[in-house]
Formats: sequence, structure tokens, C-alpha cells
Amino acid sequence: MAAVRETVETVAALEKYEHGFTSDIDQEFAPKGLSEDIVRFISAKKDEPQWMLDWRLEAYRRWLELEAPTWAKVDFPAIDYQDSYYYAAPTQKAGIASLDEVDPEILAIYAKLGIPLKEQEVLAGVVGAPRYAVDAVFDSVSVVTTFKKELAAVGVIFCSMSEAIREHPELVRQYLGSVVPTSDNYYACLNSAVFSDGSFVYIPPGVRCPMELSTYFRINAKDSGQFERTLIIADKGAYCSYLEGCTAPMRDENQLHAAVVELVLLDDAEIKYSTVQNWYPGDPVTGKGGIYNFVTKRADCRGDRSKVSWTQVETGSAITWKYPSCVLRGEGSSGEFYSIAVTNGHQQADTGTKMIHLGANTRSRIVAKGISAGKSTSTYRGLVSAHPKAKGARNFTQCDSLLIGKTCAAHTVPYIEARNGQSVFEHEATTTRLSDDQLFYVMQRGLSQEEAVALLVNGFVKDVLQQLPMEFAVEAQKLVAISLEGSVG
Amino acid sequence: MLSIQNLHANVGDKPILKGLTLDVPAGQVHAIMGPNGAGKSTLSYVLTGRGGYEVTEGTASLNGEDLLALAPNERAAKGVFLSFQYPLEIPGVPALTFIRTALNAQRRARGEDEIAAPAFLKLAREKAASLKIDFDMLKRGLNVGFSGGEKKRMEILQMAMLSPKFLILDETDSGLDIDALKIVSEGVNALRAPDRGMLVITHYQRLLDYIKPDRVHVLAAGRIVASGGPELALQLEAEGYDKYTVAA
Repeated sequence: MAAVRETVETVAALEKYEHGFTSDIDQEFAPKGLSEDIVRFISAKKDEPQWMLDWRLEAYRRWLELEAPTWAKVDFPAIDYQDSYYYAAPTQKAGIASLDEVDPEILAIYAKLGIPLKEQEVLAGVVGAPRYAVDAVFDSVSVVTTFKKELAAVGVIFCSMSEAIREHPELVRQYLGSVVPTSDNYYACLNSAVFSDGSFVYIPPGVRCPMELSTYFRINAKDSGQFERTLIIADKGAYCSYLEGCTAPMRDENQLHAAVVELVLLDDAEIKYSTVQNWYPGDPVTGKGGIYNFVTKRADCRGDRSKVSWTQVETGSAITWKYPSCVLRGEGSSGEFYSIAVTNGHQQADTGTKMIHLGANTRSRIVAKGISAGKSTSTYRGLVSAHPKAKGARNFTQCDSLLIGKTCAAHTVPYIEARNGQSVFEHEATTTRLSDDQLFYVMQRGLSQEEAVALLVNGFVKDVLQQLPMEFAVEAQKLVAISLEGSVG
Repeated sequence: MLSIQNLHANVGDKPILKGLTLDVPAGQVHAIMGPNGAGKSTLSYVLTGRGGYEVTEGTASLNGEDLLALAPNERAAKGVFLSFQYPLEIPGVPALTFIRTALNAQRRARGEDEIAAPAFLKLAREKAASLKIDFDMLKRGLNVGFSGGEKKRMEILQMAMLSPKFLILDETDSGLDIDALKIVSEGVNALRAPDRGMLVITHYQRLLDYIKPDRVHVLAAGRIVASGGPELALQLEAEGYDKYTVAA
């Protein structure tokens, strides 16, 4: 594991949370608080058509009637929704034509985060520049999307959600909210009312997207929430691989991130969706601050033989509440969920997946790895269900927890519902503690304690790391080690 | 080579080693025999720096360098290798990856270059073949699902690959059938060298039929109570440890 050493060196070179810097850039805000006027303000800021505003307002009215869910195994004080900004944007024009128009300060931030926005470098063959298209979302707006022309040449639409609403209203109206309806749950409903931006992808029939697509979310403004909305449509026989990454500055206040991601798959389509989530986790000692990551992600495998795969590496956030799900409607469709959830300090994670088997001969696979250290709590919560028509449905679930130290906790809450007699569901679960014996064994062979922990943890999460695109797998491996720094000894 | 002077060590509040003195010169193989609870495994853990063992008095050095002040990985880099009585399982980390990571960590600690992949693989193939280890086994998680004999052979493979200066074999014969014992012993004997020392800890004389010691020591109640040539092992086998446990 050559990356182990590099990992340890990276860890040594870093502050605990490397993305914790704040940036002073000119920004404009909506007035603090939430009301119909704010919803109208956001919609007006984005020059949205009337139908979009109506959609938002309906969502807002429904949200007022909903209550926040309390079933997750997480603990936090009630959120004051009036004490937050729902719109924060860098003061520059939306829909810029080239990078030259982007505020250099913002470019500097993405450079600092190691995110390539400069197409020309990539195109010029700068060594080491990875070739993937990026949509960069800064607080409430998308600041730039790269490689649009090259993608457009094969018919792929990759743009910000705001632009999609303006330029491709027929697609947005057809699919937005069709996977996660506005009133699906409390946070999704809130998102529907106030979502500010996000990414939109459409892959036409039979097209294999020629490069990785990715979105980088950055919360920068103080006291602001981030509510992005992502919609990906893979038409018949289409394929794309998509990655999202998230970071935020260190702040003493909790910030709310309530995103919605909808994936639509028609016949024979395939989407691989990967997440490397590294929101600020709060102060490791006091637990103060950090992001509340309350996210709804769902894929609808409408088409026969369609295939979706969620891979997530969750290392950040004070609280994670997230269950990327697969609705397996099409005959022979399949869903996969690979997850690494790392919690340290005072972090709380309640995460898992739902595999809803509706069609015949649908298949799903779940591999969830939880690592808890410090005083953190990690819960895997999953639902596997087969409806009467889902004859021949199959699921395999493997759910492993690794505990580091004596003050953390891991829970596993699997729900299994089979409503026909011809489904086969398998569930395997293990909980182990990173043992002193193992650590000593590895150290006796010459590895330092940090290297030994990295090696053991990387072994534990290997099955999931293998699912990530190559360059992100290495990043994720480092991130896991950084998150666990100082957890032993 | 290895020099231990008046070593005292506790586990918790309980004294286990009570003034152990032992010298193993380079090029020699010394056997430590003794009854259960005499402190044999404690000695191997104290020498390698495992947590939970507190040295209260005495010294231990390798080629004049103090071992006791070093972290376990630093001792490993100095060339101290322990073949574990119960090797640990490392899920998700293939044996090849594990050994290469360890070897390179040691080489870096000694200021040497990392080993190149082709050279490493060639060496691994040779050593695995000599220990009759199926090379494909090295691509699986280290020791995961391996039999007792396979785990012990894997220890000897690690030893051969890491090429340590001083070897400690803790009950390497336990859990081995006669064929596995022969293979493991041949692997150990192949490592005998003028600049290398070995400490072989065992309950039974059987292992010493295959790994011939230069000296045999009896460890009882935390001290070396008798020392002699290979004939001492045969005598112990015939007479048992009674006279030493009573004397101690």
C-alpha cells in the first residue's frame, strides 16, 4: 500500500481540517430568515419563470405543515430557521462565458482546494491535470462549469440548475421532483422551496459520457444554509459517472446543508454516483460548530435493465442524515450502495440506504463500512423491501463496523420487508474493535502507529474504495486517515 | 549481539521477570525452555516493546544499542523480529502489500531506498516457493482464514523477506503437524548466519531436533535458572521442569 506512507505524510503536514479557511469575497445575501418573500426573492434573483416560482411556493406552504423527523439516532438542538441566510452569492454575473470572468479570489479558493477549473491547462496536457468536467457551486450559485462545449458536441447537457431552468425548461419540468416529490420529507421540502443552485445533467439515448462529471460544493458565507438541487437524467442506454465533493470553513455555528439529488434512469441506462463529503465536522474537542448534512438522494430506475451505483465516503459534517436510495422499478434493474462513514470527535452519522424492489428480477447490493472513533456515534440504517410484483428480487447486504477506542458507538438498524415468496435477501453484519494486538503486530513489522492505523483502516474499507474512480480513491484513502488522526493512543 | 542484564518487568502490578540475564552472541541460536507461566512470552514482548509490559529494572541491548527506549517499529527497524505464537489476521490487506509496506517502512527508517516492485516480487516468489506457500495466497488478506500451519509459514516468510538481525521465535512449533514443522524449521535454518542471532522459545524438545541450538536455557519464575548445551533439552524432556520450579 504505497499510499499509506503518503497518507501519513499528508496527515503530518496538515492541520486537522485542511479546508477550514474562510475567504473574504464580495457577496450579496438575501435578508435573514425564511418566508414567502424570501422564496420569491430567490426565484427573482434567478430570473425564474412563473412555473418554477409556483413550484417553490407550493413546496414552502407544504413545508410549513411538516414536522422535522426525530427517528434518526442523532441529537441536536432545534434549528431556528429564521436565523439563517437562504441566499448568498458572490457578486458577479451568473452565466459567465469563460474563466477569465470569474472572480480571481474564487478561482484561488478552488485552486487551494485542489479542484481543477482551468480547462486550458487540462487541454494543454499539463502533467497530472485530471480530465473531468467540473461544476463549481459556491454558496448559493454555480460559478463556473467546465468542458461544456466538448460535452455538448456529443449531446450531453452539463450545466447549473439555474441555467437548466432557463435553457431546458421542458426537461426540468418533466423530471424535477419526479423522484423526490416536494413533500417527500421535511428537509427535501425545505430544499424544494429555497434551493439555490446545483448541477443538471442530461445524457441523450445511447451516449456514453466521455468524461467524469463532478460538482464541488463550497459553503463560504457565515450563517448561511446551502440547499443545492441536482438532477441527472440518463436516457435509454446512456452512461455517466458523476462525483461530488464538499467542503466548508471552520465556524463555531452549525450550518445547515439540505440538498436533494434526483437520478432518473431509463431503459439500459447506467449512472455511477460518487460522493466524497468533507464538510467541516465541528471542533474535535468541544463538538462546537460543524455542518448539519441532511440530504435526500434517490435514484429511480424506471427503465428495464437500468443500473445505478451510489458510492459515498462520508468523513465530514457534525451530523449526517442521509440515505441514498434506489427505486428498482424497471424489470431486471439493479442498485448498488457502497459506503464508508467515518466519525471522530463528536460527530454523529445516521446513514444507510433504501433498496425498493418493485420490478421482477431486480437486484441490489449494499456494502456499508462504518468507522467510529473519539466520542462519535455511527448508525447504519437500511431498508430492503420487495413488493408483490418483485418476483425473483435479490439483495445482498454486508454491514461492518469498526470501533477505535472505548468512547465511540456503532449501531446497525436494518429493515427487511419481503412481500412475495420468491425473493432472496441476505444480510451479514460484523462489529469489531481495532485491537491493540493488531496494532502491535503491525508495528512489530516496522510501521509507526499512524501508519499501522492507516493500513488497518484501509484494509477495512478496501471493498468500498475499489468502487471509486481511481484518482478519487487515493484522495478518499488519505481523507479517511486524516479524519482518524490522533484517534489511537 | 543481544545482551540482557538483570531484567525486571511487570504486567500490571504483577512482577513476571525478576532479574533475567542472558547473552546471545552473533551467529548463535539459543533456546529458552520452561514451564507455563515462567515468563517466556513476556520476555519476547518486553524485547519487542508491546504495551502493558513495564520494565522496572535492568537493560536490554542489541549490538550495544539500548532497545528498551525505542518504539516497537524502531526496534523492528533495528532488526528485531518476533514470530508470533498467535499471528494476527489483517483483513483487506494482502500479505504481499503488508510485507512490502513493512519492508519499505524499515528501509526508510534505516535511511535506505525503498525496494523496487520487480525485485520485491521476485524475492517473494522465491521465498514463498521455498516455504511451499501458494503464491496466490499472498494476494489474500494476511492470515485471514489461514490454518494454524499456514499462519506460521507466513510468519517465517515475513522473517525471510524482512531479513532481520535478531529473530525471536515464540512457540513457533505449537499447532504444527510434523510436515509443517519440517518446512518451518528448514525456513528458520536457512536464516542462520554468522551475523544473525536467534532466540527460540519453546515448551518442547521436539522443535530443537530440527533447529539445533548452541545453548539451552531454563526460564523459571522470571529468571534463567540453568544453562547448558543441547543435551540440557533432552534432559528436560526426560525429567520435566519440577526440580527448577521447586528450586525457584
